[in-house]
Amino acid sequence: MQPPRLHKRYSALSLLREGLRGHSGWQQAWRSPEPKPAYDAIIIGGGGQGLATAYYLAKNHGMTKVAVIEKGWIGGGNTGRNTATIRSNYFYPESVALYDYSLKLYETLGRELNYNIMFSQRGVVTVAHSDAEMEIAARIVNAMQINGTDAELFSRTQVLEKAPLLNSGDEARYPIFGGVWQGRAGVARHDAVAWGYARAADARGVDIIQDCAVTGFLIEKGRCVGVETSKGEIRAEAVGIATAGNSGVMADMAGFTLPIKSYSLQAMVSEPVKPCLDTVVLYLGTGTYMFQSDKGEIVVGGGIDRIPSYAQRGNPPVQATVLSGMLEMFPSFAQLKMLRQWAGVVDVVPDSSPIIGPSPVPGLYLNCGWGTGGFKAIPAGGVVFAHLLATGEHHDISRPFDLDRFRTGRLVDEAAGSGIAH
Amino acid sequence: MQLFSCPFCGPRDETEFTFGGEAGKIRPEPAPEVSAEDWSKYLHRVGNPRGATSEIWVHQTCGEYFLMERDTVSHVVSTTNALRKS
Amino acid sequence: MTSHRIGSLANETLHFTFDGTRYDGRPGDTIASALLANGVRVVGRSFKYHRPRGIMGYSVEEPNALVDVTLNGVTTPNLRATTEALVDGMVVRAVNASPTAAGDRKGFLDRFAALLPAGFYYKTFIWPDWHRFEPSIRAMAGLGRLDPTNEPPAQNPQIAAHCDVLVIGGGPAGLHAATQAASEGRSVMLVDDQQTIGGSLLFRHAEIDGKQGGEWASAVAAELTAQGHRVLANTTAYGVYDHNLVALWQRRLGQPDAQWRVRARRIVLAAGAIERPLLFPDNDRPGIMLADAALSYLAQHKVLVGRRIVLATNNGRAYPVAEALRAAGADVTIADLRQQAHDGAIAGARIEAVHGSNGVEAVTVSGQRLAADCLLMSGGLTPSVHLYCQAGGKLAYDETIAAFVPREDLPGMRVVGAASGHYSLAEILGGDGPIHPYAIAPAWPEAGVQGRQWVDFQNDVTVKDIALAERENFRAVEHLKRYTTLGMATDQGKTSNMNGLATMAALTGRTIPQTGTTTYRPPFVPVPFGVVAGRRRGEFFNPVRRLVLENEHREAGATFREYGGWLRPAWFGGANGAANIRREAIAARTAVAILDGSPLGKIEVIGPDAGALVDYNSYNTLSTLKPGRIRYGFMLTESGVIYDDGVTTKIADDHYVVSCSSGHVAGVVARLEEWRQDRFDPARVFVHNSTPQWATLTASGPRARKLVSSLSLGVDLDDAVLPHMAFADGQFDGAMARVSRVSFTGDRSYEIAVPSSKAANLLAAMREAGKELDAVLMGSEALLLLRAEKGYLIAGKDTDGTTMPHDLGITGPMNKRQNEYVGRRSLFTDNAQRADRQQLVGLTVEGQTMLPVGTHGVETVNNTRRSIGFVTSSYESPTLNRPIALGLIERGMERKGEMIDLVHLGQVFRAEITDPCAFDPEGARLNA
Repeated sequence: MQPPRLHKRYSALSLLREGLRGHSGWQQAWRSPEPKPAYDAIIIGGGGQGLATAYYLAKNHGMTKVAVIEKGWIGGGNTGRNTATIRSNYFYPESVALYDYSLKLYETLGRELNYNIMFSQRGVVTVAHSDAEMEIAARIVNAMQINGTDAELFSRTQVLEKAPLLNSGDEARYPIFGGVWQGRAGVARHDAVAWGYARAADARGVDIIQDCAVTGFLIEKGRCVGVETSKGEIRAEAVGIATAGNSGVMADMAGFTLPIKSYSLQAMVSEPVKPCLDTVVLYLGTGTYMFQSDKGEIVVGGGIDRIPSYAQRGNPPVQATVLSGMLEMFPSFAQLKMLRQWAGVVDVVPDSSPIIGPSPVPGLYLNCGWGTGGFKAIPAGGVVFAHLLATGEHHDISRPFDLDRFRTGRLVDEAAGSGIAH
Repeated sequence: MQLFSCPFCGPRDETEFTFGGEAGKIRPEPAPEVSAEDWSKYLHRVGNPRGATSEIWVHQTCGEYFLMERDTVSHVVSTTNALRKS
Repeated sequence: MTSHRIGSLANETLHFTFDGTRYDGRPGDTIASALLANGVRVVGRSFKYHRPRGIMGYSVEEPNALVDVTLNGVTTPNLRATTEALVDGMVVRAVNASPTAAGDRKGFLDRFAALLPAGFYYKTFIWPDWHRFEPSIRAMAGLGRLDPTNEPPAQNPQIAAHCDVLVIGGGPAGLHAATQAASEGRSVMLVDDQQTIGGSLLFRHAEIDGKQGGEWASAVAAELTAQGHRVLANTTAYGVYDHNLVALWQRRLGQPDAQWRVRARRIVLAAGAIERPLLFPDNDRPGIMLADAALSYLAQHKVLVGRRIVLATNNGRAYPVAEALRAAGADVTIADLRQQAHDGAIAGARIEAVHGSNGVEAVTVSGQRLAADCLLMSGGLTPSVHLYCQAGGKLAYDETIAAFVPREDLPGMRVVGAASGHYSLAEILGGDGPIHPYAIAPAWPEAGVQGRQWVDFQNDVTVKDIALAERENFRAVEHLKRYTTLGMATDQGKTSNMNGLATMAALTGRTIPQTGTTTYRPPFVPVPFGVVAGRRRGEFFNPVRRLVLENEHREAGATFREYGGWLRPAWFGGANGAANIRREAIAARTAVAILDGSPLGKIEVIGPDAGALVDYNSYNTLSTLKPGRIRYGFMLTESGVIYDDGVTTKIADDHYVVSCSSGHVAGVVARLEEWRQDRFDPARVFVHNSTPQWATLTASGPRARKLVSSLSLGVDLDDAVLPHMAFADGQFDGAMARVSRVSFTGDRSYEIAVPSSKAANLLAAMREAGKELDAVLMGSEALLLLRAEKGYLIAGKDTDGTTMPHDLGITGPMNKRQNEYVGRRSLFTDNAQRADRQQLVGLTVEGQTMLPVGTHGVETVNNTRRSIGFVTSSYESPTLNRPIALGLIERGMERKGEMIDLVHLGQVFRAEITDPCAFDPEGARLNA
């Protein structure tokens, strides 16, 4: 195994030392190498999932002839467009196994990568608005506890303690009855996750190749042996697809179809204000959720658009729905202004669970279908996908998420089980 | 906000329409003769083109299903056509 | 005092305070012009280093002057002082400064700037944990302060409009384009974000058609209005969306702001251009402003920004500014960075130092120290192409003007005037070119300049930060932006993006177009959330559906709750829910209860193929019913999962009424309609949702027949004629009445549907008839309890998104039906045939313990506890005098009689698996 490349460690001390000499000694966070003709494994897509996969291929499997191929700039897809929430408040044991493992990895990820990803475990509360919804909330909390993750059934008072500015008046369209609380959940700095993995993977010898678009697959005797790119042909023993939002395009290129439809998902932020919201709040009634970033911006998101699309842009009716939802929850936020608004393209799968596993083409593997929730699963997604690429076999955690489930009918449909769409 | 043209009612805001799936998908039947693979394809496998696409939509206001050719990146609608013959 | 007012446009005085000090202003002032008129220098602090900052711009580009404004007792944070009109009595505070902008306690942070470069937080606070540091970092961040008591009401209208041509920008180019379009007979809408139409004509000298520029603009606007076109001032076009939809934010005097959604055949973008700052050390000091801003304050507010002014420029546009300032009495030195300067200017000038920290005291120009109280910057113009790019337009770099301009017009959008890089009136209107041609010599940063040069003022991004990003390989424009936060402040990079881009280009040896631009996204300026959200709040947010008889139920003492989107009586008789539900349930078992079941779906399927359609739609065959008979059944999704349950009535061979849950009506209509058009001849079957036309009242209980018999419905109630699951047409109050024998309580029930207009009379008649029968009004809660005693399920409550009919023990159709129906094939997948599926059962706990809904059944395998299902319904049964529960439990049907463990929030229960039906399993009471 190749020893890790020497990288200047980040710390308060190194920052001080560099501060005294004009920060002239910092190295590239990652190199920008030209692609080699062949690798042991390549991953298409330099988002969080792809970069984490490369990192774990090197770290867990000792593979260093690994490349990440990115058509634009790393972290520029959904990794840089999501609302950065990390949680494992899921109903089914298969889901909890995946997302809670991810949450655990996130808890130590900053130290592991020597990069502050600013994981802020400020908790997520999903608010219920009726006795019937409280019963569903109890069903979820019990499931989470049985599945081994932390969860509490919050009373109305507890919800309001966490978010005192919530609309608690009699005129509220959606009264607060209580909710599902997961205290270990939180938010992180999304770009930092991509950059931290990129830097750590690069230190272990992974080639990160930006501005390199995949234009086709090299298929020999029915097996995928590499890719054609805008920078030439690159061969590999195993090829992984981690191109959320464009999974359908990749599948089309490789000659198969997936149970995936692409939709826009929008998010918005306010101008920064001093701290006024210390947790992540989701209303079942409005479908809107929000938190306050460390910079002070209120980050708000909601449901996906209704029209299949690859356009990464917003749409006024959905904005109005999401924002009126937010103002219904926090009437005082109507004094704030929308500073930015953007959209990502998400893979929507019938059961809203990811697809991880071999593709119909041998040698080609899938990491896709994350819908709106891929960011929180980056560390675990990386571990299990690296396992798959390195061994050709499923990790125990990824087996239930194989493409085969659509044939057997054994879906992992959280909305079906918990009555709440994730 | 997109503008779609219902073949019966003319151009209307997208909020009046609901996506009904891709065009040309045939339901395999009778059930006892349909393989698990074919049924799964019918239920779940979808074309997801980046670019030109042919889709079924319903105009909720008048209730009619129709065919729409549009582009999933530019959002340009090229044609809309009634499914009924008459 | 340096900046000051030199004349008066109005006599009235407005009073306001800034950071606790009282000042006066004039009508027409913005907060910024009033502060300048009073000589206020330091108006804010930068985001990171808390550097003192003054007003730099005059409009939307302003990065520094952000204020919290209290008016009439409520505070609005983060208002831009340059665009906010001054109102008498305003209490204005600088954001991010304490106690005042001038005397900010955190001003010392700037001394540690060397330790706080771009992205420093990614490199530290890692050990032991980010949580230790986050609270104090968060407290430092943020600009203004949210006022928790300020809850602006949802009164912002959203106005839809359309026009042939929408002109964005009321400067010379916009007005010219609007006039032209109007003369061609097109309907025109012209919008401008300033209080007055005119754009640069309001402060740059021009003569058009023999009129002074501002007067010409007013005249053109007035003419357009007179011709019936719309001219909106104070209105910002902030977003362009699909199919030429433009979103406008209109500020309205004395009324809530409005959002306009304008669908335009063509858009003319005439949004002008924004002046760039120049890069030199300490270019962020208070007293350093944009040249256009100085001119605007002079012309529009009679405020002179300094007495001894150094005007640094790299282009010819600054010369008329100097002339105007001199004419107003200022001493102006032009420091022209170009080698070829005009008369009276310092040619080839370099701005080497700015002296004074809270205000400019002197400027060192090319080694010469010039006393000055103000330094103006004219770094060239950046066309405002935001909306063009939002619409999908691509940019081209024009070397001659050192700016990105639209590459070509879009099918629905033309860009004109300064926004397209045509800066002179001559280019727009014809005529002579300016005396001082633009002739810009771009002054991009040079390597090795000492000191800090600000690129993004609000977010404290300097040339050094960009150099650090370059060194660390954050070279992609989006990486640069995200790593350094360049362009991500509330001014959205209007003055910084171009300089930042050029800096990165210079550092990497690439050209500016090779370096690229970031994506332009809406909104063009920050827009109040309320304007985007509109009035969809409170009762207008997902409005509840209301019963025709709501008032009658209220008068009868109903407590209302929302069920499936409908506001329905939960119980009658006051606050004590539990006691009243019990009272109503007992009456329904011993006497008779009256229930309003109007929201229940009634979907008519009519025509020769009606039977085939309802059969295909349903798990159970319905067409084999005799006319006048009713059958219960399920509707499945194509995945085989129960979508809804309900009864279907066959009124005639070609007429069925499909009933469904109140929350599923729209969905069932949609699926019937979809299959009708997809699979049947639409001429032979028709689907009509008649739910809103009918009101349905149900009498249920052993005395139900007695009650119904006194209503004179003209229906033979003899059980031989109208048995359980039969239907008859009757009459009530001169109108049609449909009487159905269906029961959701397990007791004899009559459902009477009458036209909604007859609902109140029917209710009155039933209550009158019920008096001597001890009849009660019953709410939904008692009904939910009674049906649970019978083991009748509620789809979506006692089933989940995996439940198939055979999980309820109903296997007849799947085993016997020979024809197709929705979901059929899915009932035979591996998953559907699994032995360990969750099935609906009853759960009986010994004693009086109630199982909370949501309790899970558990079993332990290999020391690991796992869920085997959960409780879906649970009640204290007044009929049986014990708790009852339903649940979905793995292999439940074959495990009847077994005891299982259950757990709820750590509390452990044991219960016996039983049949779901806990009461009257033979169904004798249906006919009792």
